[in-house]
Parts: sequence; structure tokens; C-alpha cells
Amino acid sequence: MSVQTISTGSQAASKMSARTRDRLLNIISPLALLVLWELCARFGFIDTRFFPAPSSVVSTMIEMLRTGELVTHTAVSMQRLFYGAILGGVPALVLGIVMGLNRPIRALFDPLIAATYPVPKSAILPLALLIFGLGEASKIFMVAVGVFFPVVINATTGVLEINKIYLDVGRNYKANRWNTFWTIALPGALPVIMTGFKLGIGVGLVLIAVAEMVGAKSGLGYLIWSAWSTFAVEQMYVGLFVIAIIGFLITLILNELERVIIPWKADAT
Amino acid sequence: MTRPLARLEAAEPLPTRPAIRIRDLRKVFGQLVAIDGVSLDIAPGEFFMIVGPSGCGKTTLLRILAGLDSVTSGAIEIETPHSQRPVNSMIFQGDSIFPWMTVWDNAAYGLKMRRVPSATVKEVVGHYLARTGLTRFAKYYPHQLSGGMRQRVSIARAFANDPEILLMDEPFSALDAQNKLLLQEELLHIWEEHKKTVVFITHSVDEAVFLGDRIMVMTAQPGKVKTFVPVPLARPRNIMELQKMPQFGELIAHIWSSLREEVHRARQQEEEIKS
Ligand SMILES: Nc1ncnc2c1ncn2[C@@H]1O[C@H](COP(=O)(O)OP(=O)(O)O)[C@@H](O)[C@H]1O
Ligand SMILES: [Mg+2]
Repeated sequence: MSVQTISTGSQAASKMSARTRDRLLNIISPLALLVLWELCARFGFIDTRFFPAPSSVVSTMIEMLRTGELVTHTAVSMQRLFYGAILGGVPALVLGIVMGLNRPIRALFDPLIAATYPVPKSAILPLALLIFGLGEASKIFMVAVGVFFPVVINATTGVLEINKIYLDVGRNYKANRWNTFWTIALPGALPVIMTGFKLGIGVGLVLIAVAEMVGAKSGLGYLIWSAWSTFAVEQMYVGLFVIAIIGFLITLILNELERVIIPWKADAT
Repeated sequence: MTRPLARLEAAEPLPTRPAIRIRDLRKVFGQLVAIDGVSLDIAPGEFFMIVGPSGCGKTTLLRILAGLDSVTSGAIEIETPHSQRPVNSMIFQGDSIFPWMTVWDNAAYGLKMRRVPSATVKEVVGHYLARTGLTRFAKYYPHQLSGGMRQRVSIARAFANDPEILLMDEPFSALDAQNKLLLQEELLHIWEEHKKTVVFITHSVDEAVFLGDRIMVMTAQPGKVKTFVPVPLARPRNIMELQKMPQFGELIAHIWSSLREEVHRARQQEEEIKS
């Protein structure tokens, strides 16, 4: 038996198992919590009026899936989240990068962003309702606002953090403004921008739930709110579960997207 | 005060016109005088070397020639006979290739910025990647390469851009001895084919003599011209044969004796700043 074979073999195996072990641990912790919760509910350690057993929440969820109610609400919320993310994210991306590249523009917009950023976004919901009414526009607007700030701030920071030598290379090789944007500023800042976008989606998810609680007739926020008014606690938990799952899935998708669009980052294994 | 990047009349007979003409160049950063009264002419097709102690303003001079830094006073004229080609391409000191582009896209960068037809880009980039030994790595990203390979990409990028003037800032100092020698020889081959004007900074006196037609020794800060040393060694040069020639050793000794004073002065300056 050769020592070398053993060491390389076990190295590869331990690398593989480290990854699988992480995955397993990732699944075990939420499962354990659910089991604990279920047991506490069954044995009366917790008040099921406020904390219904997961099994009863699941059966409510199945029922709501059968009626199509849950799918409709989820789809509506996701759609608002999507449009809001695009409407807030794209202008933020462009403005942020331009601010990073251009000092006067940065000086012009910096104070505006610094002054508006600390305002709690949920506090402007009444204003959004006033301006955009009770329809889709006010919800999409709220998400857009939530996504806008982290993206614009991170895009500016990301461009400012690009090593100056790359901008010098661009100048020396006669990159025009358009090419400087696309070939240097955007890819150079992309890792930081992605972080901002993930933060923004998180804020957007909060805001969509809040916005749908007031003056909406659909969406997961509405579902949760109406469950409160009818004291349908299981239904409320279904709404909360689905929002949690959506948040989790979006994170997974964005991480995957990051890997695809930022292939030059040291191979994440 | 002026920096006329004059496009001189093409009707003038070429050899009488220097490719680069610098007069009384002065560059000040705040309190610090980086370059003080440098004047020099570089002939078209000349392989011009700059040596000097670190911090004497070599990089600053090259950046000014590249149009990346402004001058405080003095004049610079750069002749551009073939107007469709770029005036200069710089090989920067240290890592300068884009981490987010593959080797191929990095090498093709200048051509793409100039909107050269893609068939030409393919041919030219393929050619220079082969000459720098990078063909196999065309699809790699820089983080997958060694430091020396990354430097070769930046050399391929500059050559592929086919400029009138190549500005090279210590391009080989990060390379191991074998790769350095291979690339020096390759650079001489390419230069002998195209006879581009080259301005080449190095801290290696051997390299200066091996490659150059003429060597400018700069003084410690503030950077001035200390002396110009012509290198009358026949071309094509071969490092093995050069090393056997007494003239080669004499030139190195001559330049080194002139340089060593300045290196000592630079070191003294550093110590004064520290204390
Ligand atoms: N952008 C800058 N701002 C202030 N000082 C600078 C700047 N660039 C270079 N210097 C200074 O000018 C001097 C010459 O620098 P440099 O041209 O890089 O020297 P070298 O390339 O010969 O080592 C150094 O003292 C350096 O610190
Ligand atoms: Mg330097």
C-alpha cells in the first residue's frame, strides 16, 4: 500500500465530504427546529393559538395550494418584486457607476443619496399610496426604492475601489466612455454590486410584504394581513413560510447567478 | 506649460525628425519635484533605455509620454507618421491586465477599442499569444496564471495593438530568469521585424545593454539626465555571444559606475526622510 495514494485519495474524499457535510448541516438545522416545534405544540408546551404545529400549517398550505389561492398570491408578490427590482436596480446600477467614474456627478448626487438613504423606506408607503394609488404601481415603487439604495451605493463604492491602473489601461488603449463603462467599471465593480443587489432584494421583500398589508387585495402581505383580521393563524404562518422560502430561494439563485456572471473570481468550491 | 502632441508634417524626411522630442520637462507633485529639466530626442525606431534609482521619476516620465500624466512645464512632441496606428501602448509596471477578461480578451483589448475588424483581431492576437507562449491559455482568467504569465499577457496586449511607440515600464522584472531571457530575445526579434520606437525602463544594467541602442542614466530625485550612453554593439544580438565580448562588460561597468552614485544618493535621501 503506497502512502502517497492514500494521502491524495483521502484528501479528495475529505474535500468532497466537507461539501456534502456542509449541505447536510444546512438542512439539519431547520429540520431540527421544525421537529422541536412540532413536539412542543403536540405536548402543549407552547400556545397553539399563536404557534400552531407545523403539521397543521402544512395541511393548511396544501389546502390553499389546492384552491389555487396560494399560487395566485405568491405569483402576484413575485411579479411585483421582479418589476420593482428591475425598475430600482437598473437606474441605480447606471447612476452608481457613473457616479463612481465622474467626480462632478458624484458631488452632485452624493448629498441627495446621503440625505434620503436613512429615511425608513416603510415610512414613505403613505406617500407612495398618495402618489401612485392603491394599484400595482405603489407596490412596485416601494420595492424599487428598497432595491435602489443598496445598489447605487455599492455601485459607486465598487467603481471607486477599482485599482486605478485599470482605468489608466483604458485611457492608454483609447477606451471611450461607453467602453470604459462596459469593459472596466461594470465588471470591475460587479462583485460589490452583486452584494448590493442581494441586500436590496432583501429590503424589497420586506417592503413588498408591508406594502401589500395596506390597501392591497392580493399578494403574500395581504394574505398575512387578512389572516390576522379573521384570526386564521395557520394561514398567517403559511404566508410567513412562503416569504421565508422565497427569500431563501432568491439567495440561492443570486449566488448561482453570481458564479455565472463573475467567472473570474477565484473558483468557489 | 504647453503640451503640444503635435502631428508633425509627414512631408518631412523621416530620419531627421525625432520620434519623441522632450524639452525642459519638469513635473512637480505638490512639494516634490519628480522630474527636473529633462531634454532628450529619441529617433524613430530607436530602442531607448532608461535606468535610474527607484523614485527618480522613470515611471512618471513614461506616463507623461503616454498622455496619462500632465507636465508641469516643458514641451513634448511625438511624431505620428501612420495615423491609423495608435501612437503608443504602455506596458505598466506590475499587474495591469483585467482580472475579469480572459487572456484572449485582454490581449485583444486595444484592437477591440479601435474597432479593428474581427478577422484581423483573431489573426493578430493569435500571433502574439503564440509568440509569448500563451496560446494554450487563451481561455484562462488571470487568477489562473502565474505572475510571469500575466506579465506576458500585458506584453502581448501592447504588441498586438501595433503602436508607433512601445512604452515598457520594467516589463520583465517580475519574471524568472529563464522566462526573462526568452522574452528579451523574443522582444528583440519582434523589434527587428517592425523597428518600432521603444522606450524601456529597467533596473537591470545588463538588460539595458543587451537590449538598447542608447541608455539614459537618470539622477536620484529630482530626476534629471545624468548621462546618455550609446550601445554600439552589433545586431542581431545574442546574449551568449555578448557575454563573451569585453565591450559588453566594459559598458556594464561604465553604466553601473555612473548609476551607483545615484543609487547611493537615493538611499541617503530615503534615510534623511526617515530620520
Ligand atoms: N501621483 C503621484 N502623486 C504624488 N507623488 C508621486 C505620484 N507619482 C509619483 N510620485 C512620486 O514621484 C517620484 C517619482 O516616482 P516614479 O516616477 O514612480 O519613480 P520610479 O518609477 O523612477 O521609481 C516618487 O518620489 C514618487 O513617490
Ligand atoms: Mg517605476
